This record gives sequence, structure tokens and C-alpha cells, in this order.
Amino acid sequence: MVYENPDGIRIGLEVHVQLNKLNTKLFCGCSTDYHDSEPNTHVCPICLGLPGSLPVLNERAVEFAIKIGLALNCSIVEQTQFHRKNYYYPDLPKNFQTTQYDYPIAAEGKIIIEGEDGEHNVGITRAHIEEDPARLQHMGTIDKSKGTLINYNRSGMTLIEIVSEPDMRSPKEARRYLEKLRSILDYLGVFDGDLEGAMKADANVSVFWGERVEIKNISSFKGVERALLYEIMRQKNQIRRGGEIVMETRHFDEARGVTISMRTKEDEQDYRYFPEPDLVPMRVADWVPKVRETLPELPDAKRARFMEEYSLGETHARALTTEIKVANFFEEVAKKVDPKDAAVWVSDILKGELNYRELSIDAFTVEDMVAVVELVTANKITEKSAVDVIRTVLDDGGKPQEIVEKKGLLKVEDDIVATAVDEAIAENPEAVADYLGGKEKSLNFIVGKVMQKTKGRADAREAREKVLAKLNE
Amino acid sequence: MAAWTDISGIKQKIADSSAEEVTASYIETIGKSKINGFTTMWDEAINVAREIDSEGHEGPLAGVPIAIKENISTKGLSTTCSSKILQGYVPPYDAHVIERLREAGAVILGKTNMDEFAMGTSTESSYYGPTLNPWDMDRVPGGSSGGSAAVVAAGEVPVSLGSDTGGSVRCPAAYCGVVGLKPTYGCISRYGLISYANSLEQIGPLATNVADIATIMDVVAGYDSRDSTSINRENTYSDALKDDVNGLKIGVPEEYFGEGIDEKVEKAVWDAISKFEDMGATYEKVSMPHTKYALASYYIIAMSEASSNLARFDGTRYGYRAEGENWHVMASRTRAQGFGEEVKRRILLGTYALSAGYHDKYYLKALKVRTLVKQDFDRALDNVDVLMAPTMPAPAFKIGEKIDDPLSLYLADVNTVPINLAGVPSISVPCGFSGDMPVGLQIIGKHFDENAIIKAAYSFEQNTDHHTRRPPEVA
Ligand SMILES: [Zn+2]
Repeated sequence: MVYENPDGIRIGLEVHVQLNKLNTKLFCGCSTDYHDSEPNTHVCPICLGLPGSLPVLNERAVEFAIKIGLALNCSIVEQTQFHRKNYYYPDLPKNFQTTQYDYPIAAEGKIIIEGEDGEHNVGITRAHIEEDPARLQHMGTIDKSKGTLINYNRSGMTLIEIVSEPDMRSPKEARRYLEKLRSILDYLGVFDGDLEGAMKADANVSVFWGERVEIKNISSFKGVERALLYEIMRQKNQIRRGGEIVMETRHFDEARGVTISMRTKEDEQDYRYFPEPDLVPMRVADWVPKVRETLPELPDAKRARFMEEYSLGETHARALTTEIKVANFFEEVAKKVDPKDAAVWVSDILKGELNYRELSIDAFTVEDMVAVVELVTANKITEKSAVDVIRTVLDDGGKPQEIVEKKGLLKVEDDIVATAVDEAIAENPEAVADYLGGKEKSLNFIVGKVMQKTKGRADAREAREKVLAKLNE
Repeated sequence: MAAWTDISGIKQKIADSSAEEVTASYIETIGKSKINGFTTMWDEAINVAREIDSEGHEGPLAGVPIAIKENISTKGLSTTCSSKILQGYVPPYDAHVIERLREAGAVILGKTNMDEFAMGTSTESSYYGPTLNPWDMDRVPGGSSGGSAAVVAAGEVPVSLGSDTGGSVRCPAAYCGVVGLKPTYGCISRYGLISYANSLEQIGPLATNVADIATIMDVVAGYDSRDSTSINRENTYSDALKDDVNGLKIGVPEEYFGEGIDEKVEKAVWDAISKFEDMGATYEKVSMPHTKYALASYYIIAMSEASSNLARFDGTRYGYRAEGENWHVMASRTRAQGFGEEVKRRILLGTYALSAGYHDKYYLKALKVRTLVKQDFDRALDNVDVLMAPTMPAPAFKIGEKIDDPLSLYLADVNTVPINLAGVPSISVPCGFSGDMPVGLQIIGKHFDENAIIKAAYSFEQNTDHHTRRPPEVA
């Protein structure tokens, strides 16, 4: 099946990723560990842009950027080159941003996503390194603000801007692209996606192969999908009414779910790019083979291996390989129990319970997962009880074995069930007669009695089989 | 005014009395100054001198007073680039050179006047008013490090630091009859030097004699990881203090004796070259054909970089701040009120040169010319050891004479800017007079071959007496 893309939709994304796993900022020695700190405590003359301060390039940031470039199948530039992007804004301590221009660290790569018609390639135009501005905090709402406070803790953090080709054909593909990108970055260990400001996206979209419109400042994956859905609808309506689409930049109003025009092409700023005189080019071509060696197994390769090595289906393999921590967790569990059981319990049950509680996989131990799977597969507790155990561990703590005992979840012994079956049949001759006379539903009544007698600890299916066997003797 | 004393003389005085007494006597001299060379005095100077005495500090500059240009960051001491926009700014950190000087035991007396943001050749555009030339108080001391040169010439301090973007150390050295060195780009860390045009400028010392220049270089030069353009290379500058130019091959670029050169300046420089011949050197004329384009290239690059470097002065974090109903209005007004005419002119021209549609025509072209100018130097210095030329085509002009004619001011830099474009080192030494005003001889060397030009300058000094003449009131 080939996706026809009936509305001629082209979507490209520019994603800003903050490399918050680096120890220091891009051009100074300030710590990046500011997220829980007081404002303006992780600053120095360089990231404050004080007169006379000079930038020094963080080599590890360059290494991370090369790693990202390689993971996105890009070619890597021979030597680094930085430019100044000149514009005035209160969050910029120097009123220019040091960034990369015509020689980005990485270019011409691709990401494979799960597209509308199966595997779909999204081209990566470029990935470049730049510094994060400070954070502005308005005192009150933006239009009625009495003043603005500037927190420079974020100033000078390393950003990687990853620009895609307009290869996505629906908002869903755009979301899939973002998820895939996040998954790859997660594997590389270059950022913690859960921290504030870790990943931001700008989107550009056109319909009927027409002019593209840029949408700025979208803060979440869901936001991207919503903004695109709205914008595509707006453009189609505009054309249907005989209007034209002009090249412009629009802002996404998250609260109202609409895009609002910010500026047209004509008032686009002239950034007066020129090479940053304070940074000399750094030759990185020789680093590439070494960095390539440090690349981990990436999501696509891992998924294929899971399907092959553990005989998992595509859905399970995909779900288990999105996050590196989950993949590692699964593999640890799969060492101890049947991998297929491990896949079901980790992917279908545990992940759901974690998501519901907004917890990461760190909230559950491999040891506990193995214990739960073993209890179920050894037929000692029912599946329902196993879910109960997982929930209890997450909500109240404790070890599975203890919880099973404390709650009395162990399945009752076979002879107790057998006794209950005998009793139920003996005590309900009418129901037995009805069933034998052809009333199928009467069987449920008898099974229900068995369950009552065993206080629900018997497996319902097992009880049913036993009643049937007895009646058919 | 006090008599000129060199570093060794000061060390003797300290040995005879104390660093505190020496510092106090300089402070007293400065108190009577008529030239407006200092902008801010450091009130801790006397305490530092006292500490050096009590510690028995043994650093190479223990107790030696020094003056620092207004654009070099000094922790706890106002650093304003002689601009209104930086009024009230006190750096929370020391420039690399200041750290080195403090370690060496130097006593920073205060900050010296300059053209606002180092943009000028006369020190007239300072927010603190003009500095006067000690040789003739109706004349400018040169610029932009006019304060640093004038206070040395006036005997108010033995040595000082300036900065040289397009001649800002060498021009005032020549105009004030002192020695000034512009080191090779990358030789001295720029960390803490407030940028005017980063790709061109270097901090440089000024003194009454070549030996003191070498002594200061031994302290302030050297690698600093905080400046990416700093070069890791060991050198002892005082090793070059030898009276020996036997076999030295001098190149004399014809283009540096062009139209508009003062006859007496020309004669003084040729006399100096003859003197070198007498001392055992040989000379040949060399051609540097792209010199005539250097000035245009220099100003485009310098102004382009400046337009970006000076963008940070917006009143948000430090310095002067105007009132305004929102940030953009506040920042615009701050800049409108805080910058002087010449600074605004250069920011506007630089902004224009970098603009879409003009970027290739001006900025890129200027970079290409810069490469050609650099190739001129490479070629010329392939056959000779050093180049010699007038530092300035004419002696110091009258205060107010050129301030309203920026183009004629820019033209005065014709012999100094090519050196910054090429990044090579150059020293200006006194070589005679035009009337009562000193003339400077510029000795230019190969990249990182400071020792060749220091040696030539030192030998010249040993065999002449130009440097022993004092301004009338200092003598
Ligand atoms: Zn910092």
C-alpha cells in the first residue's frame, strides 16, 4: 500500500535539543545542573556576556554533537566553525547568539519512522550547535507585566538544532518523527528528555505542495500534532475560500489550540551572520572514527534483534525499544523468565501502570518483575492478582512475595477446588438438571458457587473446566 | 612632574626606601598632573605597595607602579572604555594580564584615558575629556591608548598597558616619544580586554625604553586557555636585549612613505635606517602592493566586528541605563545616550557592511583584501628579518584639528593598520623630532619573532639618544 498524500502535505521540523547531560555549558565552565537551583547561581562572566569575557568551546559538547550526527546517519564536518547571529533580545546577554551557519557539525542524514504506509524515510538537512539564551520570567501576564526577570542559569547551555527535510506527510508522521528522534537521543545518553526545556520544536507546513508556513515555539509533542492539524485545516479552508497561502511565521497558542500570524517574509530579520572571531576552527575529522565506536545499538537495530533473538512480535519489540532503560530492563528480565512472558508483562502491563502514575521504569526493579512473572507462570497466582501485586509495589512498596502472602493471593490447592465443585453440584440439583436439560447458562451459576466457596481465589476458567468434567462424567 | 625612571631605577629606589614610598611619590606626581591621562585612581594602590614591602615580595615587578588602559578589566576597579555607557561598571574579575601583573608584584596605580571604545587616534572622543600631549599641551597624545602613552611620557608612571587594534599602542607611543609594542596576534591573552575588533587587537606595553617593554612582556605574554586565539609558545623577551644588529637585513616598504608624509618624519626615519647601516645592518627597498587597500579593509572589518561586540551594551545588566516603557525602548535610549558620535558612526557602518546585500560587497571583500595584505608581509619578510617604516606619517596634530573630519583621522592610521591585518608584531621607538614633536620608527617582525624587533630596537636605543629627551616639563 502506498500513501497517496491526497492534500499534498509537506511537514518539516526544527528541533532544539538541550544537551543537559553535559557537565558544563557550551562556552564556559558553569555547571549544567541548575534545574533545581536559585536563579542566577550558575553563571560567570562568559555566560553573563560581561565585557571582556571570551568563549572557549566545550570539546565534549562537540563530541556529543558528532555522536548525534552519526546516529542520524549524517556526514560530519571537517572542522568546526561558529558564527554570530546578531539580533537584540533581552534573553541574549551579548545581543548575538553564537551558533553555526554554513558549516554545521552534521548534515545530510535520515531517520526511519513508522509512516502512513510502513517504513518511511525522513531526511535530516543539518544538525548544528548553538548556545541557549537566558530564561525570561514576566511578572504577571506578558501583556500586563510590570517587569521581566532574567535568569541566566540556562544562558550558554548547549543546544543542538536538528533540521529535517519537509518529508512528513501528516501530523501523525510528525509526531512519530519526534518520538523516534527522542528515542535515538535517549539511547545516546546525551540528554534527559524529562527536564524542563530539553526538547522544543518549530514546524513548517504546506498543503497542496504550496508555500510553507512556519509555526514557532511548540513545547510538546502533542502540541506539534495539534498545531499542525489546526494549521493544515486553516490552510485548506483558506484555499477553499479562494485565498492564498503566504510564506509567514505563525505562533501556536497552546491554550486556544490555534496559530496566529507573527510576521510575513518581508519583515524577516537580517541576522548579519559573520564568523565568530573569538573561536578558532577546531579540526574534528579525526575524532569521527573514535566517536563512531562509542555509538550504542540504536532503536531500529535493537528492535530487529528483539524480534529475532526473543521471537517477539513487531508491536512488543517496538514498545520495548523506544526507551533504552525499558529495553535494558526487559533484557534483564528475559534472562530469568521466558522472554515472551517478559515482553507481555513489561510492555503490556508494567508500562501501562507506570504511565498511569507518570513514573519511569526506575520505579520498579528487575528482581520484582521476575518474581511476579514467575508467580504467574508457575500458576501460583492469577493474572489478576499479579496486576494487583504490581500496583501494590508501585503505590505502597514491598516485595511481591510478601504482598502475595499478606493479601492471601496464592491460588488455592486443587483438592480444595475439587471439594468446592463437588459441594456446589450436590447443593444445587436444580441447576444441574437445568444444565443437563440444555440450559447452558446454568453452568455459570454453578461455577459462581465454586468461586464463592473458594472466596475468589480459584481460577475461574479452571473451576469451569472442573465443573464441566464432573457433570460430564 | 617627576623625572623618567626605568624599572631597574625603581627597583633601586625601592631597595633604598620602600615600595610604599615609591608608590606615594608617583601618586603625588599624578595629583599635580595637567594632562588628564588617568581616569580613575586605584585607592588600594598604597595598601598593595605596603603589602609588597611587608611580604618582601620577590616577583619581577615587585613594587613597580603601572597604569592600565580603561578597556582592560580590573576586579574592583572601574573599567569603562572611557564611555558614558559603562559608567558605574566595576568588573567582578581580572583580565589575564592583570592576574599576571598582580602575581609579579606590580602596583596598579589606576586606569588611563582612551578614545571611547578604542575608536580613535587622538584620545579626544573620551567621556572623560581629551588627554593632552606632554610635549605640547595643545596637541593630542595620539590614540586610542593616549592616556597610557602620555602618563609614561610625563613621568607619572614608568610603564603602562594599552591595546592596539589598528595602531592604538604604536600611534600614541610615537606621538608621545615613548616605546610601544604591538605583539603578534595570539601572544597575549585577550581575556578581560573589552573587545572593539577581536580579530585585530592585542594588548601591548608602553615604556620609556625597550628593556622595560621586554620585562613587561616576560610577565604578561604567554598561553591562556581562556582565550581560544592564544598561542601556546614559550619565549623570554628579555633574552633579546642585546646590542647586535650585525648582518640584520632590513626591508623598507616604499608604500609606507606615501603621499602626505611629513618631510621631517621621513628624514628622521631614513636617518634611523642609516644609523642601522652604520651599526652593521643592511637594507633593501621592498614592495607591499596591497598597502593602499589595507585602510579600507581594516575599517570594514573593525567596524563590522565592533557592531556586534558593542551590541551587549544595552543597559540591562551593567553600566548606564536610560528610562523606557519597555526593554526595546530602554535599550535604544541607553545606546543613543550612552555612546558618543564616533562609536555610533562605526556601529552603523559596521551594521551596514554586514547587512544582507552588502555583506559580500564589503565584509567578504575586506576579508579577501586582508589575506592579500598578509601575503604582502609573508613575501616581504621572506627575504628580510624586519621591516622599518614611520609609525605615523606626521607628528601629533592639534587638539580639535581633525575631530570633525573622521576621514582624515582614519587616514592617519595608514601605516599601522596593515600590521594588525597581518597579525605580525611591531614596535615603535623614538627616532627623532619634527619640530618639537617626537617621531616614531616602526620596526615590524615576523609572526612570533618579537625578539628580532626587540633586539633591533634595543640596539638602536643603545646607539642613539632620542629616547633620552624628555618633554619640557618632565626634564
Ligand atoms: Zn558560565
